Order: sequence, then structure tokens, then C-alpha cells
Amino acid sequence: MQRNLSIEDLVIFSALFFVLMAGLAILGWGVPIAYVMHGWLIAAAAGWGLLWMLGRACGGAVKIPLEYNDRVIRFGIIAALIWGIIGFTVGDILAWQLAFPSLNGDMSWSNFGRLRPVHTSGVIFGFGGNALIATSFFVVQRTSRARLASETLPWVIFWGYNLFMVISASGYLSGITQSKEYAEPEWYADLLLLIVWIGYLTLYLRTLAKRAEPHIYVANWYYLAFIVVIAMLHVVNNLAVPVSIAYPKSYSLFAGTQDAMTQWWYGHNAVGFLLTAGFLGMLYYFLPKAVNRPVYSYRMSIVGFWGITFLYLWAGAHHLHYTALPDWVQYLGMTMSIILLVPSWASVFNGILTLNGAWDKVRTDPAVRFMMVAILFYGLSTFEGSFMAIRPVNSLSHYTDWTVGHVHAGALGWVAFITFGTMYKLVPWVWKREGVYSLKLEAWHFWLALIGTLIYVGAMWNSGITQSLMWQTYDADGAFLYSFLDSVVEMHPYYVARAIGGLLYLIGACIGVYNIYMTVSGPEKVKTQQAEPLASQPAE
Amino acid sequence: MSTHHQKLERHSLGFAMTILVVASIGGLVEIAPLFTIENTVEKVEGMRPYTPLELAGRDIYVREGCYACHSQMIRTLRSDVERYGHYSLAAESMYDHPFQWGSKRTGPDLARIGGKYSDAWHVAHLEAPRELVEGSIMPGYAFLSEARLATGHLPASLKALSRAGVPYTKAQIENAEKDAARQADFEQNYEGELQDSYGDNVQVRDFDGAPGRLTEMDALVAYLQMLGTLADLETLNPQESSR
Repeated sequence: MQRNLSIEDLVIFSALFFVLMAGLAILGWGVPIAYVMHGWLIAAAAGWGLLWMLGRACGGAVKIPLEYNDRVIRFGIIAALIWGIIGFTVGDILAWQLAFPSLNGDMSWSNFGRLRPVHTSGVIFGFGGNALIATSFFVVQRTSRARLASETLPWVIFWGYNLFMVISASGYLSGITQSKEYAEPEWYADLLLLIVWIGYLTLYLRTLAKRAEPHIYVANWYYLAFIVVIAMLHVVNNLAVPVSIAYPKSYSLFAGTQDAMTQWWYGHNAVGFLLTAGFLGMLYYFLPKAVNRPVYSYRMSIVGFWGITFLYLWAGAHHLHYTALPDWVQYLGMTMSIILLVPSWASVFNGILTLNGAWDKVRTDPAVRFMMVAILFYGLSTFEGSFMAIRPVNSLSHYTDWTVGHVHAGALGWVAFITFGTMYKLVPWVWKREGVYSLKLEAWHFWLALIGTLIYVGAMWNSGITQSLMWQTYDADGAFLYSFLDSVVEMHPYYVARAIGGLLYLIGACIGVYNIYMTVSGPEKVKTQQAEPLASQPAE
Repeated sequence: MSTHHQKLERHSLGFAMTILVVASIGGLVEIAPLFTIENTVEKVEGMRPYTPLELAGRDIYVREGCYACHSQMIRTLRSDVERYGHYSLAAESMYDHPFQWGSKRTGPDLARIGGKYSDAWHVAHLEAPRELVEGSIMPGYAFLSEARLATGHLPASLKALSRAGVPYTKAQIENAEKDAARQADFEQNYEGELQDSYGDNVQVRDFDGAPGRLTEMDALVAYLQMLGTLADLETLNPQESSR
């Protein structure tokens, strides 16, 4: 197949040119040093992309190989692992800081407040986001039997997304943040992500349009929901007025109550559509593949999918119980959060029952074990989430470590487990290796991760409930029995336990990275057979 | 159901559009009315936009990510009200772009911290928390006392906020830089001017205990000392504000 300069090339070229100009403007007019550095970084990246495109255009027509584009997936996996290790490490440093405050170092960039978003963005968007982009590229090609619809866009998406990550994380360290939870990046990073995301949606839809299969497979529904809804949330929640081109600072367009509701509509659905829908997409492809069984129920997939897509967006108000948010929104949010359990558990049962007939693999294949435990943690966290959304329960759990424990049951137990399980399957496939380097190390990773998660979550349940009870305990005269400080001091042993749990998890992840590194550097599979031939023509 | 759905599964763009429509409903029902229903934010006297110095302090609060450990939202629960004071009103964060209600209390709530401790206490505590409060796990912020406060961007900041709906006057925007320095002036020469411009509840003094130097500590302490002090809770009509 021959390929000439297309409209797509022109659009990408102009987008890169626009980004280059924006980068130059920032480095030219910018005042804070970190912001100017970001200008350099943006300009350099866009300039590099432009040169690459120019070089390719001058090199004559590019031959598009008649095979799946797996190269960008390999980059995505590596990026996910790098951000994963960064995110886990910073997370554990934060845990030790809470146990031993002198570890803050008191040097602005090293303090808890600035490091925390490096951890949360690193794991959610760096590790999770890269893993989702990489696996979505894999899944959409296989289930459509079509190569990614562009030779340029996948690379723009990969590098653009990781540029966004580098700018965000380094920005936090130098105090560039909106301080809206999980939406910390400032306006210029947000705009960059928006451009990347439009490219991502376009590529996904165009690849689906090329598909040789008449139906869109269920995993793609979830990936599509992830892409579409995150775009909507990102745009609305980040509406802000920048101070000027000279400063990274902006002020949120909304204030107070409206800003709070918009933020938690965003925050809860970053959980719902990045950490849930996206990873359910992963589950719906890689679990059936790993155990060689079809998805248990098609109807349950439909109910689960639309239930989650509809209900999740109503649930954000449960983050604002008993606050200055009008009561009617609080009650509505609580009600919908409880109903949300139904589609969530539909996915849990669909996943678990898919394992029927292949339960032996849970014992013999650590990757399948990772996936199975991931489903269990998903079931646990969604139940816990609906439970915590009930107002009286929330009056106990809110503002305490219980919330932190809940989030980590989901993030460590569900998101990272399904990701690692998937990677142990995916890495040999995209690097064309016989199998994973060592099943024994894979099992070690599994057990360290599981024990680490249980210690973490157990410690946070205990500390959260202790905290809350201490805040609400009165003596016989109706005075508080404990000062706030008493509750802080009481947390110490739990914080140490949590840091140890996190450390075990981190060690497990390092073993996993080593195992994957050894797999990749091992010998290639002797003879590759293409199980699902790539269609050279789209289906009509 | 299945057959209809199978039709939908054949159209990628239609599928994506359906997702967008289905997913928008929740936000439209829960968020849009907050901008139109009038008693979402109750009327209470005393609320005014932040002075430039308070705003600079708030920007530092935002920059350092204080919200990760401190809430600014006293809930209507008895244990919240008795520990921290009158529950927070929506009006009290009506000029907060962004809101800083927080989601975690690793440290105590700060919604009504203003006036509870002296300036000197705040400065000493921020510089070395454990020297004042044994057992505290807060990081130290001594570097704020060393950093001179940048004020050059303040007119642009106020302008940006006025675009987002905060009622700053033209004069306030133009004088933002000067006003910031004047509020921390230890001789309190400009107290009258500042109170005329912003309101009687503006506190004017040297906040960081280092007269003649305008530091980031000045700004942050000025911000902390006004938190929760603006709204005149006596004027609140419980009937009107029940939501």
C-alpha cells in the first residue's frame, strides 16, 4: 500500500505547529522558571514531531505493513511501568512521611502537599492511563481485525500524553497546581491533554470504522466510554481563567458550591471511567483470552455497561454529604450511588462466571490469579463505595483514612492487579516471546502485592474508624474526650503498617518489572503464527 | 433488548454519541440547577472578595496543596460544629476559585481558623510545627518566611477573577500591588483606605513579625487569619437558608 500526504498529515502538522508556537510563547513571556522550562519542553517536543513528519514526507511514500501496529503498544507498556514505579515509590515515601514527619525535609518541593499529586497523577494517569492507551490499541486492532487507522496519530498520542505527564508531575514539585483533586494540572497542560485526547478519540473511532467484524466487541464499548466521558469531564471541570500567558496560574471559572459539585462530578467519574470503565474494557478482553473461555453473559455485559455509563455520573455528590451543597443533590447522589452497586456487581459476576470451566488456571497461571483477585477487589470496593455513600456511614468515614483505604482497595487491588495480570499476557504477545521469563517470580509478585494490599487496606480501616470515633466521643459532661491532636498521635502505628504494606507492594512491582525486562530481553518465539489474520479490506 | 443493542453495536459513531448523551444526564440534572436555583447560595452579610494580600496567601495555600490534609468545610454534624464552630455556609466560599473544601482531615479543619491563634503562633507553627505542637505530623514551611512575596501579577490575578465573576472594582484591580504591601504595613498607615475599599473586616498589620519585609509568610498568615471571620452569622435567616 502506498501513502501520500493526506488531510490527516496536514491537520496533525498544524496542531503540532500550534503547540510549538504555544511553547515558544510560554518560554518567551513566562516569568516563573519552572513554567519557562515547560515552554522549552513543549516547544522542543512539538519541534521534534514537526521535523519527524517533515523528514518522513521528504522520504517519499511510506509503506504501511499489513500487520498490527504493536510498536506503539510496547512503548506504552514501558511508559506505564516507569510511571508505575515512580508513582508507587512516591506513594510509599508519602506514607513514611506521615509516620515520621521529619522525612518531609521541609524544602517546599519535598513536602507532603506538593509530592502527593505526583503520587496520585503518577499512578492514575501515568501508570493507569498509559496502560489503558496501550491495551486499548491492542484490543481495538484485534477485535476489529484492522491496523490502527493512522501511522502518525498513535505516536502523537503516546508522546503527547507522556509530555503532559512530565509537565504535570514536574509542575507539582514547583508548586504549579490548581489544587483540585485529580485535576491538578494547570491550564496549559490541560490544553495539551485536550489536543492529545481529541487525537485519541479520532484514532479510536477511525480504527473501529475500518473493522472487519460487523459488531463492536464489548471491551471496546468500555474503552470508548472511557475516552468519551473523560473528554467531557476534563473540559468542564478544568474551565478556568488564566492570569496571563506570563504565569502558569489560573482561577477556576466556578466558585464555592458549584465548583465543589463540578469537581466531585469530575473526581468520582475519573474513578468511574478511567479506573473502572477503562479497566473493565481490559478485563473483558484479556480475561476471556487468558482462560480461553467466552464472556459468560452478553446480556449482563449490556446491563453492566449502560448501568455504569448512566449511574456513575450521578454519584459524585456523595463526596459532599452534610456540606453546604443543597440537600436535594446530596440525597440524589446517595440514592444513585446505592443503585450503582447493581451494574457494578453485574460486571463482577460476569467476570467470575467467565472463569467457570477454567478454575484450574487460577492455580497454575499467576496472571489469571491476578485477574481473579482483581475482580474480587472490584466487587469489594464497589460494595464498600455504595456503603460509604450512605449518609450516616459517610458521617463516620468521611475525612478519615477509611476513604484512603477504600481508594487503595480499588487502586491496588483492582486497577493494578488487572493491569499486571494483563501485562504478563500482553508482553509475550507484543514482543513475540514464548512466555513470561519466570512464573515463579510472577507468583512472588502476586503474593507480595496481595499481602501488601491487605496490610494497607486493613491498616486504613482501623485508623479511619479509630480517627472518626475519637472525633465523635464525648465524656459524661458532654465535652470532647479527645483533642484533634490525640487522634493524630493515635494514628502512628497504623501509618507505619501502611508504609510497610506499600513497601511490599512496591517490591512486588519491582520484581514484576524485572520479570518483564527479562522476558523482553529473552529470545524471540521460533515461529509465529498469526491466529487472527489481519483483514486487508474492511468489511462492508 | 439484545436485537436493538446489536444494531447499535454496528455503528461506532452512533455508539460514541449514545455514550455521551447517557453520561451527560447526571451532570445536567445535578449541576446545572446549582447555577439557577437562587437559594443554593444564601444571603449573608459581611462576605466580600479577598484583598490582594489575602488572595496571594490563598494562592500559596493552593500552591502548597494544603487541602490534601486540611478541610475548609464544617459539616452540619454535631461533632463538627462543636469542634470547629458554626457549620460552613455556601456563601462563605462564594468567592473561592477554586473551592478548597478538601476531602481529608489529616490535620484539623481550617474553615474558621481566623482569629483563634495569634500571628506569632501561626508563624512559629508554620516554621516548625513540632516545636509548638508535640506530636504534629505537619511539614515545616520555614521557607515562606524567607521568600519575598511576588506581587507583580496581582492586578492580572484580580482581573482574571473578575472575569470569573468576582466583583472587583477597577480601582481595586489597579491598586492590587500597592494594596498588598499596604495591608502588611506595620505602621498600619493605610488601614482606612483598605477598609474603605474592601470592608470593615479587613485586618491590617505586619503579619510575619518581620516589619519592613513583605514575605509569603505575611500573605499566608493574613489569609489564615481571615478564614471564617467574614460572614456575619447573626444576620443569617434560618428560614431562608434552609435548603
